[in-house]
Amino acid sequence: MVASININPKQRIRLLRIAVHVGAWIPLIILFLDWWYWRLVDPIREATLWTGKFGIILLVLSLSITPLNIVFGWKAILPLKRPLGLYAFMYLTIHFLLFVALDYGLNLPQIVEAVIEKQYALVGLIAFILLIPLAITSNRYSQRKLRKRWKKLHQLVYVIGIFGVLHYLLLVKNDYTQPLIFATIIAVLLILRLKPVKTRVIRARRNIERRFA
Amino acid sequence: MLIKNKSGIEIPSSEITPKHIYLNRRTFMKGAAVVTAAGLVAACRPAPPEGHPAAVATQAAQEAAVNIDPTTGAVATATPRVDELGDPWTPYRDVTNYNNYYEFTTDKNDVAKLAQDFQTSPWQVTVGGMVKNPGVYDIDDLRTKFDQEERVYRLRCVEAWSMVIPWMGFPLRKLLEEIEPTSEAKYVRFETLNDPEQMPGLRSPWYSWPYVEGLRIDEAMNDLAILATGLYGEALLPQNGAPVRLVVPWKYGFKSIKSIVKIDLVAEQPTSLWMDAASNEYGFYANVNPNVNHPRWSQANERRIGEIGRRDTLMFNGYEEQVAYLYEGMDLRANF
Repeated sequence: MVASININPKQRIRLLRIAVHVGAWIPLIILFLDWWYWRLVDPIREATLWTGKFGIILLVLSLSITPLNIVFGWKAILPLKRPLGLYAFMYLTIHFLLFVALDYGLNLPQIVEAVIEKQYALVGLIAFILLIPLAITSNRYSQRKLRKRWKKLHQLVYVIGIFGVLHYLLLVKNDYTQPLIFATIIAVLLILRLKPVKTRVIRARRNIERRFA
Repeated sequence: MLIKNKSGIEIPSSEITPKHIYLNRRTFMKGAAVVTAAGLVAACRPAPPEGHPAAVATQAAQEAAVNIDPTTGAVATATPRVDELGDPWTPYRDVTNYNNYYEFTTDKNDVAKLAQDFQTSPWQVTVGGMVKNPGVYDIDDLRTKFDQEERVYRLRCVEAWSMVIPWMGFPLRKLLEEIEPTSEAKYVRFETLNDPEQMPGLRSPWYSWPYVEGLRIDEAMNDLAILATGLYGEALLPQNGAPVRLVVPWKYGFKSIKSIVKIDLVAEQPTSLWMDAASNEYGFYANVNPNVNHPRWSQANERRIGEIGRRDTLMFNGYEEQVAYLYEGMDLRANF
């Protein structure tokens, strides 16, 4: 126990990595147990909302890694971006499949009608489709192959985040509290990445670090 | 003809499995896998608790089997727990644990818990406005003065899910006949209790409280419109709108205002809470209509609680025969 206080940075990042892998499965396990023990009244609806919500949360967490590094200089957490993003993709795939396969029973005319009629379905679908190439290229091989284009491609994640929040915003009934929280976080993260902001923040951090060093 | 593969070994065509057979095999394997998996899940998963839709379905099937006379084959029908279309009542557990009641919370699963200490006695309903006999009705007066009858109605939420609920209550018409609206009265306006001490959701700034709803007077006089005081033969629970609520089954659920404290007869069309919140999405009439979509989602189908998949939504929620006359000559697209 005492030893854990004196962990070195390498161990710390390993622990963080484990925390991400364990933590990302917990909502899915909770959902499964709620279903298993018959606690869901409208299982399809509740499971769809639940997986959608954690999909967005994980996506926002993945988005926040780089800005956290800008503000606090936590270089070590950068490798967490990929697992967080891939877990977000996992939840959103389940979310999508629940909607298409269980809710709409793969009834194509009904799904097409829903996508045309329900603005949130269209926006959500676009976000999900955009996420697919990112998930496929989330490996070192693609990174090497695509080089500069890889970075460009993965900047799409901000567009996806915005579409995801818009999707959420479009389906709530007047109480916009939660989607607005996500929208604010994404806006702040996006601003932190803008070049002028980024350089100033980094300079300010270095100044503070020097003073306390 | 012989087919040569790269190694040069010749395979006679008679030994090649025809496509339709191997495709069949694949389908069979897939099917077998699904059945095995489903069987495993069913074998391991605990039995549904009493009152759960799955348990209720099994119970109904068993009862049906028991009720058949083995010698004559005659079916002894006890009280059929279905609506007039043959769909089973939504289990009590779900009716009382899955509620849209924003005065408590927007989370349907949490209303029951947050509302458990809600005071429904003493309770008065002030009835007035353009009437000859205004008055204050004690909830007990409403229960004893008017004969309570059971009405099994479908409830269709604007969010596209639905239930079948056996209400207890009395036609709103009977109350209106007693208070005698004057000739200027054109609408009935209802109001829910506005007590932030007891109802934490009232602190939400997104809605203009109190909850208000309204009916045109001829709608209110229709026999289907009831003031409900109970369900499943028991007094209403707070999460279902205790002690007294409106039920208008041919309209979306939000029209059926809960925990009523005030009923007024008025000349002008009342503005409901939902009309105030988003007038382009929620109209005054809010009749269930599969042909008129909500601006953000389709109303063509719905999910019955306890079922997987969707069923078609019926015009006026299946009460077209009883209520269509109210809207003759009206453009239901404009008057949504």
